[in-house]
This record gives sequence, C-alpha cells and structure tokens, in this order.
Amino acid sequence: MAETITLLVTRYRPDTEAEPTIAEYEVPLRKDWAVLDGLNHVKDQLDGTLSYRWSCRMGICGSCGMTVNGEPRLSCATFLTEFAPGPVRVEPLANFPIVRDLVVDIDDFLRKLPTVKPWIVRHVDWVEDGEYLQTPDEQSAYKQYSMCINCMLCYSACPVYGVDPDFLGPAAIALAQRYNLDSRDQGAADRLDVLIHPEGVWGCTFVGECTRACPKGVDPAGAIQRYKLTAAMQSVRALVLPWSAR
Amino acid sequence: MTARHDVVLVGGGAAGLRAAIEIAEARPELSVAIVSKVYPMRSHTVSAEGGAAGVIAVGDTLDEHCSDTIAGGDWLCDQDAVEYFIGEAPKELLRLEHWGCPWSRQTDGHIAVRSFGGMKKMRTWFAADKTGFHLLHTLFQTSLKYPTITRYDEWFVTRLLVDGDQRVCGVVAFELATGRIETIEAKAVVLATGGCGRVFPFTTNANISTGDGMALAYRALAPLKDMEFVQYHPTGLPFTGILITEAARAEGGWLLNKDGYRFLQDYDLGTPSPTPVLKSMELGPRDRLSQAFVHEVERGRTIDTPYGPVVYLDLRHLGADVIDAKLPFVRELCLKYENIDPVTELVPVRPVVHYMMGGVSTDIDGATPLRGLFAAGETACVSINGANRLGSNSLPECLVFGARAGRAAAEFAARIRQPDGSTNTQAEDERRRLQRLRGRTDGRDRIADIRQQIQQAMEDGAGIYRDHETLAKSADTLGDLAERVATARIDDHSETFNTELVAALELQNMLDLAQAIIASALQRTESRGAHQRTDFPARDDEQFLAHSLARRERDGTCHVDYQPVTITRWLPGERVYGR
Repeated sequence: MAETITLLVTRYRPDTEAEPTIAEYEVPLRKDWAVLDGLNHVKDQLDGTLSYRWSCRMGICGSCGMTVNGEPRLSCATFLTEFAPGPVRVEPLANFPIVRDLVVDIDDFLRKLPTVKPWIVRHVDWVEDGEYLQTPDEQSAYKQYSMCINCMLCYSACPVYGVDPDFLGPAAIALAQRYNLDSRDQGAADRLDVLIHPEGVWGCTFVGECTRACPKGVDPAGAIQRYKLTAAMQSVRALVLPWSAR
Repeated sequence: MTARHDVVLVGGGAAGLRAAIEIAEARPELSVAIVSKVYPMRSHTVSAEGGAAGVIAVGDTLDEHCSDTIAGGDWLCDQDAVEYFIGEAPKELLRLEHWGCPWSRQTDGHIAVRSFGGMKKMRTWFAADKTGFHLLHTLFQTSLKYPTITRYDEWFVTRLLVDGDQRVCGVVAFELATGRIETIEAKAVVLATGGCGRVFPFTTNANISTGDGMALAYRALAPLKDMEFVQYHPTGLPFTGILITEAARAEGGWLLNKDGYRFLQDYDLGTPSPTPVLKSMELGPRDRLSQAFVHEVERGRTIDTPYGPVVYLDLRHLGADVIDAKLPFVRELCLKYENIDPVTELVPVRPVVHYMMGGVSTDIDGATPLRGLFAAGETACVSINGANRLGSNSLPECLVFGARAGRAAAEFAARIRQPDGSTNTQAEDERRRLQRLRGRTDGRDRIADIRQQIQQAMEDGAGIYRDHETLAKSADTLGDLAERVATARIDDHSETFNTELVAALELQNMLDLAQAIIASALQRTESRGAHQRTDFPARDDEQFLAHSLARRERDGTCHVDYQPVTITRWLPGERVYGR
C-alpha cells in the first residue's frame, strides 16, 4: 500500500474569496484512518485554517457529513483505503449553502423540524400513572425511523431538495412518521396538514436516494411512500365523511 | 449588542436540555436560552450506550441503589444527594418514557432492565445500546415544543460576567458562523457542558469534551470539586478510544488475557461463572477492573499491539441473536472500526479515560458559591459519584440534577433584579481579548502540538496509578506549557466559522483543568476509588474522607483545600465484590 494519499479538499472563505477553490493535501494512508483522520492531520499538521465539523468520531453525533468522491458520507465512518491509491475528493454536502470550507448551513432543516411536531402528542398525560405499555412489536413499528441522527446526508442526496428547497425533506418526514407510528402518540392529525402540503410528502418523486444515503439504515423513502397512502385515504375519507375525517 | 434572557444554559446535552424543559414548563413567563458550541443533538450525551439506572423492578429498593452507589464511590459521595438522586431517577426515566424515549421493553410491554457493573440488582433502563442517543434526541425534539426556549446553536461561550457582589450576570459568547461577539445578559446561568476527557490522549470522549463549563467557572474563581477522580472505562477500542459499553459484559461478555484466562478472578472480584453474576467479576466497578488491567500488563499477560497492550472482550458465546438484539451498536462499531465481528471474533480492548467524577462544586440544588451560577451533569460535582461513578448513573444524573438546577435557577431568576450593567467593562475587555486573539500574527507553537503535550503530561502523571514523582513532573510540564498556550500560533484570522480560534480557546480551558486535576491529585495522599497512589496505597478516612476543592488564585496558580463528605446512613466500610 502506498504510504500517502492525496486529499482534494474544497476551500471557501467568503470573507476573502469570490468562489470555492480546491486545495491539495498529502496525508498518511493508514488502514484504520477514516477520511476524518486525514482531515484532522491536515488541520493539526499542515493547515490550521481548514474548517469542518466533527465530534464523536463514531458515527452517532451526525456532525461530519461531507461529499466524499461524489457521495454524501460520514467522514468518520468512511475509510481512506476505500479510495486508494487516490486522490480523494472531499467537498461540502451538496444542496446546502456553504458557510465556509466543508461547513454547510443546515438551519433550513432546523426550521422545518418543529413544523412536523417531532414529539409525543397526548390529549391527557399523567406521568404519575406509570409507563405506557409498548410491546416490542409496537416498538418495531417506528423504531427504525427513530434512528435518524440528523446528519443531513439524505437532504444532500435528495434530487427534489436540490431544486426545491421548500420541500420538507426526507429526515423531517421520517421523524414525523416516527411519532405517527408510535403507539403512545395521538398527534397524527396534528401533523397531517404539513405532511399533505404540496411541499410535504407529495413533493417526493420517489427516487429513493435518501434511503441509499442513510448511514443508519433509516428508510425515509419508505416512510414517505407509506404516508402518501395514509394521506390519500384521509382525502377520500374527507370527501365521504366531511365531519369526521379528522 | 446585548441579548437578554432570564436564564442562560451553557450546553445543550441531556442536562442542559432537561433544565430548559423544566424551566419552560414550570415558569413559562421566563425567557430561557440554550447556548451551545454545537447543535444540541450533537452533544456528547449522544455517545452514551449502556443505559440509565432507576429502581423499578420488583424486588429492588431505593436503599440498595443508594448503598451500591455509595460503596461504588468509595464513600466519597454526599449521601443526602445520593438519596435524593436515587429517589428521583425512576420518575425522570418515566418522564422520558412519556416524552417518547424508545426504552427497550419486555414482551408484555413493560420497561426492561439489565444488569450493570457494581449494581446488586438489575435496574438499568436501556434503549438497546444507543441509550444516550435516544435520550438526547427525545429531549431535543421535546424541547422544540416550548416557545420560551431560544437557542444559540454553534455559539461558543468564552467568559462568565461576575459583578462586584460575586453575582453572575451573563456571558460573553461568539457565533461561529459569523464571528459576531455578543454579551448575553442573564439573571442566572446554568453550566451543562459535559466533561473534559479530551484533556487526556486516549478517551471515549468526543472532540467537543474540552471542559469549557468547568473552565469558565474556575476562571470566575468558583471551586472545582474532586478533580483528581478520573474514570477509566475498562473497555475502549484501541486507537480510536471508542467505547464498548459495559452492557456487553452485563449481557454476559468475558474479559480474557492473552492466555484466554478470565483474569479478574485474580483481583478479589469473585470467581468465574459461565453466566453473569451481579457485582462480581466482569460486573465489578470500573475503577477496580481498569486497575486489574494494569497488573495484567505488569505480569506480561496482555497482548501487545501498535496501540499499546490490550486484553480481549469475548462475546462469542452470546451468539448473533443476543448481540443483534441487545448490542447492535457494539457489533456495528467493531465491524466498522476494527474490522472484527464480535459474533465470531475476540474484541481487543483497553482502559480508556471516560468520565470526570469531579467538576464545578455545587450543592444539592446545583448552586455554586457564585450567586446566580448553577451547574448540572458531568460539568458539576454534587457529589453523587464520589471517587468512582457506577455505570448507568450518569444519564439519570443529567436528568435529575438538570431538572433541579433548572428549577433552582428559575426561582433565583424570578426573584432577583435585572443585572445593572456593571459588568459592561468586563464584557468589553473580553470582546477585545477575542478580537486580539483572532487577529494575532506572532503566535509560535501549533495548537495541536501543545495539546498533544498537555495530554501526554496527563497520561504520564494522572493515569490509573499515580505517585508523587510523576504527578510533580507533570505539574512542572504543565507550568512550562502555560506560556506556550498563551502564545499559540493562530493562522486563521477569518470571522467566518473559525475553528482554529475555538481550538485555541479550548486549549486554554484544557490547560486550566489539567492543572486542577494534577494539583488535586498531588495533594490527596491516599488511594480511594479511581485515585490510586502507589506511594499511598491505603484509603485514609482520617484525613481524606473529604472533597477536594481546587480554586484558582488570582495569580493563576491552583490552591486545594477540603470540605467534609455528608454521611447519613452508610458508614464507611470495605468495598466488597464477588464475595
């Protein structure tokens, strides 16, 4: 194995540069080094001005999403050897405004998330009454959607979000479904309007890139398709039973 | 510009979010701000794996959880705080259940509990082995309900503002995205920034765990309690330091040395049995297991690797079904980062810095000696953890004391006048300091090089076993490094997302805490829990049944004195495991 590998890293400093450029860095190629280790080597030894986000380095905090050789990936869980002999292109996540270098602006997601009410809605709720029973089967109805780490890889992979930033997007819809399908929740009706809005589930053209991109095995595309069925049923019921549909 | 809130929470992990929700629910008339250097769902709570302890099972009692915790902490816990904590923990975990946390269940739908190290009964609630992740996202998503909570995502707090009456009046912080420096005025401030594992070279802790809240308090002259007690978790993956949860042993995993021998039986931790026995062998407390590892190294019974000696965690006999149901993340991490499948292969592990028992000294309300300053979670030291925390007590600690500190801060804020602007000069000084630092062009050493030397000094001096000589040497090294920290090189002068500026400020925090840890460890001439002095191998209740308080002097040096431990019903005794 060669001893080093070249990283081609997008640089962009909006205070001084009109548009992004590409910087080339030579980093050690070690079998246990993730792309993130390569970037940390750059930051620590070669160029302290490189900016990117990272924290847990174990694929659970969701900070370090980047575009690696054209694919949205977690840089802490993507190993350099996959790209040997290189070079490896490291770019910011697509579909988001670039703040600086590899850092993108994800506030759009943070604004959309509360609109789907990603919390348990109960008409009455007394903690003193003890736990809500939930069998393992009931839990498995929503469990995979609860595994979302908000890493934004799905938004970066989504061709719809790329052209229509108003689209609610895969993670937010999957999280809405995470609560809709939770046996403890009574908020499905409250989430209906935002989900059946033209920028909600109907915005999705079912390309399925979100599910392929997800590093945690969540299936947002499935959540969206399934909700389309729910929404269609709701529309039919609203026509037939206008007073009781919700 | 100055922003203004009733309560400012620094940090948005489990403790900070729990405090925010408590205030929003109890006092909706108050304005609450969460200021965090990362988006809250990135906080290090996310990495907690094994579970959260709370008495719920038939046959378990609050008293037993208390005595396990106190003995586990080698009698350095304040017993009034422990009793309060253990009484509240089940209620808090239940509240999380109502907020949607996907706790693992029994087939009948009731909450399931598992065994954990040092616990005499099964009482650890879990969400498979991603408990912290689910707990954090549940709290974060629930917090979105409350309109009175304002978030400052990716803002870094650099200073506490303290007036002449020793009252905290707010913070100075800057926004990463823009570099904008702001004063955020507050009637009360709660520190909830987690721990400082990054002060050591080999740690389970995330990159963000640089002890910022502890350092803010320390520089505002609030004391840090019991800083010498650093928890080494016995099972970290070599190279990365990624945690392999204690739940792996609770589910039946074995620790083997190079001869395939369950070596813990040689260290007064019980006799091996094919199925796990509570408070015995692999389910002993973390301090004792990590110490046993060091003795195995000395006896030449560990396995050498490029990343130091290791032992093996053996999960093979559990089978794929149990591993996939109870420990799926362990399997995922081993496959990803070690290219090892624990279903068929041995997992190399070694002790790794995991948790700070010490922290900002608070009372049972989370209040510090500075008026209006509170702390909760790993940042704080109440102390319920004493000299060694039991696994699965830290998540409920974040909830119980996050809620309580939030309540106390809200009550304080509701009855005190608005700050009168007397700290404006301090805020202006801080702004100038930050601007100078960002613009500095005559720095010398690379931040990463200095950081690496601080970490090395900590591993050399304040490892699992310590003595006067190595501690004193590390104290000298850190003293020399102080000058270099102050003149660290900064190449990035941009106002936009300047992570090098953040790293420079974190480096200062890490140095302060490293010095406090070493000073506290030097002065405690006994061995207790996670603090083991080879030159003073016995526990000394006569002199040291006491919390250390490390205070920063105005000249920057660290002064350590002591305050008594609160003992109520559990008199100091021998720690007994496996017999």
